[in-house]
Amino acid sequence: MDGLGLLGDPTRRAIFELLARRPSTVGELAQQLPITRSAVSQHLRVLKDGGLVVSTAEGTRRIYRLNPDGVTALRAYLDRVWAEALTAFGKAAQATPTDLEQEDQ
Amino acid sequence: MTSTPTIPPLTGTITVDAPVDQTFRTFTERFGSWWPAEYHIGQADMATAILEPRQGGRWYEQGTDGSECDWGRVLAWEPPHRLVVTWQINGQWQYDPDPAHASEIEVRFTADGPEQTTVELEHRHLDRLVDGQALRDGITGGGGWSSLLELLAKAATNQT
Repeated sequence: MDGLGLLGDPTRRAIFELLARRPSTVGELAQQLPITRSAVSQHLRVLKDGGLVVSTAEGTRRIYRLNPDGVTALRAYLDRVWAEALTAFGKAAQATPTDLEQEDQ
Repeated sequence: MTSTPTIPPLTGTITVDAPVDQTFRTFTERFGSWWPAEYHIGQADMATAILEPRQGGRWYEQGTDGSECDWGRVLAWEPPHRLVVTWQINGQWQYDPDPAHASEIEVRFTADGPEQTTVELEHRHLDRLVDGQALRDGITGGGGWSSLLELLAKAATNQT
């Protein structure tokens, strides 16, 4: 699964965005999301396998953060941008010329 | 950076029920009408984005305060079948004027029939963007990556 697939899931995207703001533990993420710690862990495993997220042990805590090499995350981010942009374009392109004229007003 | 990372190009395809020339014009002349407004780089909210219809043309956004921010340049203008533009927005979500740091977007428009067009998009040379920015530092030390991603997070929050 590529970056687009990984971030196509709204919960995984939410986790990705939370980690973009701040490296966090599973517990910290679960507090900010309407899902269980175990569900957070499962999503983190997928993100980690996809190369978007890495984890480090600090004492007894495991901290998750975005993959610092940035490359995979950059690509995944732009994947999202284009997926949304092309969807929006598709809608605009299929509007009738009359609709377009009206939008121009 | 000691070596250039190779990042596979991004690709996307969409098929629309519209003639090829109209589809090309929607993509270019009406770019600002469909581009998701949350993806922009100016300080001010985006009023519109403009793709100038000629080789060498500018690709830029206009803010609600009248300010302008460049995104890239038109490299190939071949209506109604092909368009190549540069994407020079770096990891700090800013325009990078150095052509060596420009990624490229190629868009091909193929008529499947008189009323149907397939649009194929490829965003390539992403490694140039990465070379242009210390993304590694940004993501761990704040700044570059995190500002881009904060913007993403903000955009996502506003989408509700």
